[in-house]
Amino acid sequence: RGLLTRLNTPICIVCYLAAIVWFMGLAFEPFTLRTDMSENAMGSTMVLLRGASAVPRQGVRSSQKTGAVSTWLVKAMQSRGLEVFTQSFSRKLPFPDENKERYMVRGTNVYGILRAPRAPRTEALVISAPCSPGDSNNQAVGLLLALAQYFRNQVYWAKDIIFLVNEHDLMGTQAWLEAYHHTNITGMEYSPLQGRGGSIQAALSLELSSDVITSLDLILDGLNGQLPNLDLANLFYAFCQKLGVLCTIQGKLQRNDWDTAEGYTHAAQTMMLMVLKQACGRSWGDHGLFLRYHIEAASVRGINSFRHYKTDAATIGRLLEGMVRKLNNLLERLHQSYFFYLLPSLSRFVSIGCYMPAFGLLVVILLLRALDLWVHLGAPALAAVEGVTEAQQPSGPAVLTVLTPVVISHLTGVALYLLPVHLQEMAVEHFPVSETEAVVLTAVAIYTTGLALPHNTQRLLSGEGTEQGWKVLKLTALLYLAVLLGCTALINFSLGFVLAVTLVPITASMTPHMPKALSALVMVLLSPAFTILYCVFIYQELIEAPVSVSEGWMLFLSVISQGILDHALYGSLVYPLLALFIYPCWLMFWNILFWS
Amino acid sequence: MDYYNLLTTCAFIHLLVSIPYAYSNYVENKAGQFFSSGHTNNWAVLVCTSRFWFNYRHVANTLSVYRSVKRLGIPDSHIVLMLADDMACNYRNPKPATVFSHKNMELNVYGDDVEVDYRGYEVTVENFLRVLTGRLPPSTPRSKRLLSDDRSNILIYLTGHGGNGFLKFQDSEEISNMELADAFEQMWQKRRYNELLFIIDTCQGASMYERFYSPNLMALASSQVGEDSLSHQPDLAIGVHLMDKYTFYLLEFLEEVHPASQANMNDLFKVCPQSQCVSTPGHRTDLFQRNPGSVLITDFFGSVLLHDMKQLVADVSSQKPKQKDWHPPDGFILGLWTLILLVFFQTYGIKHLKHIF
Repeated sequence: RGLLTRLNTPICIVCYLAAIVWFMGLAFEPFTLRTDMSENAMGSTMVLLRGASAVPRQGVRSSQKTGAVSTWLVKAMQSRGLEVFTQSFSRKLPFPDENKERYMVRGTNVYGILRAPRAPRTEALVISAPCSPGDSNNQAVGLLLALAQYFRNQVYWAKDIIFLVNEHDLMGTQAWLEAYHHTNITGMEYSPLQGRGGSIQAALSLELSSDVITSLDLILDGLNGQLPNLDLANLFYAFCQKLGVLCTIQGKLQRNDWDTAEGYTHAAQTMMLMVLKQACGRSWGDHGLFLRYHIEAASVRGINSFRHYKTDAATIGRLLEGMVRKLNNLLERLHQSYFFYLLPSLSRFVSIGCYMPAFGLLVVILLLRALDLWVHLGAPALAAVEGVTEAQQPSGPAVLTVLTPVVISHLTGVALYLLPVHLQEMAVEHFPVSETEAVVLTAVAIYTTGLALPHNTQRLLSGEGTEQGWKVLKLTALLYLAVLLGCTALINFSLGFVLAVTLVPITASMTPHMPKALSALVMVLLSPAFTILYCVFIYQELIEAPVSVSEGWMLFLSVISQGILDHALYGSLVYPLLALFIYPCWLMFWNILFWS
Repeated sequence: MDYYNLLTTCAFIHLLVSIPYAYSNYVENKAGQFFSSGHTNNWAVLVCTSRFWFNYRHVANTLSVYRSVKRLGIPDSHIVLMLADDMACNYRNPKPATVFSHKNMELNVYGDDVEVDYRGYEVTVENFLRVLTGRLPPSTPRSKRLLSDDRSNILIYLTGHGGNGFLKFQDSEEISNMELADAFEQMWQKRRYNELLFIIDTCQGASMYERFYSPNLMALASSQVGEDSLSHQPDLAIGVHLMDKYTFYLLEFLEEVHPASQANMNDLFKVCPQSQCVSTPGHRTDLFQRNPGSVLITDFFGSVLLHDMKQLVADVSSQKPKQKDWHPPDGFILGLWTLILLVFFQTYGIKHLKHIF
């Protein structure tokens, strides 16, 4: 017992440092594994690619109105022999989206189904290209039509291929998927689908903004940090190598010099980017919404940067043809390779078995502290038994002492979750702000109001707080945080890890006996809101577009609004998690700090 | 003088009578040498045990052996062909109704008249063993039976995915080498074969013939225990590997064999050495009674069309005894002629003898 108490702090510090070092070491190439195709049915890339030779030079005419575009698309697909259907959808956002400038969204999805000539209609593959009027994804639609024409002439399709052109990118995909699977989880209104394929085995989303590109970027991060099966990334990379196309991930090209400092930092940067993107729970490409239905999907984005070697659309067509042909060979859904991984580069990966210990070390700190507290809580009882019992510790007030802060913290969390959206009209009436700003600023206001709470909850209680009271509260809070972070890390490792890195040091070391002002400042600086702020700055640094403080602050506000919108529109869980669970937990520790 | 005459004439008569006998013996020996294996009919059981599109090569293996045995004379009624999946009509086949063995679509082994007896899910371990041992329900059609007898030479060819001591059937069950050895013993006890040639093309194929213990079995395998059998060439238009190396070179060897060929088993053992096959093919002949060098390829891969050559030769050589029931004994004829000659020379005198000789 004495050993535990004495060694507790050193062990905690060692664990924390070890976790950070382990995490950074994950990007070091000898610790990673080489990616390889695990699915036997797909085979290697040996397939003759005659290529979509009929790639049209011009894309979709973007100057047309919405209705005209979809009519043109319907005619184009019908002329290529597909079964064409349309779907209309509409949705009123909870507040205007300032990034995409939309509030009342109304759109039409157009999709054509290429029926497999000899196979039963039990399985399907989806190739989609988001296309909105005024958008610049014309080339992708053109490529889609060319592929449709080429595929129509082949006899070796074992699955139906659905060519989807969705409007308003993620919203259109969400409407189409919900209608396809007969669910309605986000409250969108849509017309039912007239035509259907079988169960979708895999999906690819294309984004091509210009007709010549220099590299292809693969986007894997999906909603709530879900990732497709690694075999899809392996397939893409294998074909890129076969056709000699430059392929990037997170916008970064792979380097071969892993043993140099630059090589290592490059890999570490790529991995950090993936961690940050996964942590924010957004779907970074149209494919992200497919993952929820257990459909392995990835987005391919063409990038035109300043390089000499340019790839034309025909090569991209051949790459896609190869990928779709290999996916056609699948007998079951992709399941042989990993579902949880981190990619420092396209050819190397870190599996869950390698990166989980980093998180485990952080949680161990919380558990050690809890154990220490548990032991201490047991000790005064023994002392009280021997000597004169000064103050009886009835269990009644002790429970009440713990329960009150917990309840009040969670009520604050519920307020943070519900009030910003509901109070936006009232805020707009009283203040000269737009709805989006009203929502975000309300959220920030509630967050800061929560900081004032500890002084009030103490007065609610009859007596003053006891030494044992805060220890019980801290024990509960530590275990609660450990469980919370553990569950988060299982679903979305990056989110759990990022939260743990900032929350664990302050929560493990927080006691009422520390200097109040300094520790209050540290606690605020490491609170969840500031974690998001730091992540924004780090993200901007990593994508080589650093921002100033004011720009960063605006970006931070837009991140909050995007988080709330993602939750309302697509069911992202990051905002509710932070508002309803992480923030109350942090408030409980804030309470402990001001225990008197 | 008379006795001298008598002796020469007796010798002459003896020679006349014994020439047909000597000739028939000679023919019989020659015929006996030609049909020394003792079999009168040929059967083949060709099995492909894997399904799914990426196992295209196993179906192509089996079909190429099928093609060879048909070409060399075994009719469909004597071949039991078991294919676990339909590659020719698979949705993923860019050239429907074909199965190619050489890239660039040189050779279509699916041909025009392929007769598959056990197809798809009917290819199971139980059905295979029942075919071998003959324990089939009475309702089984003739095309699905191995109706061999004790004068049949049987060729058994297996291909698929295998391991040390087992062969996998259709991703759901396995046959072990002990089961196979016991099945062959059952066949021997029931006198269902005269001689049996067993060829297997799988990974670690040699483990499948380790446990054989019945007589008159010869076995060949594409790889030793611990080695993998490799696939040969992919065809990019079809997108899969077309054949396995061992059967590919086996097919090339068999294409050179014609029905009258004198190629023997020693040539077959040399097919696909390690330099071509990467794996080391193996064979087992200790249970076989004849010398492999005297065993013709066509003993197993071809077909014997005549019924029972030995008896026929014996019939041809001794036609007269069949047509006539009784003839006077030889000694009597000899004595009669001697008497006639004696009387002749006694009557006309010996001096005329020098005119005759």
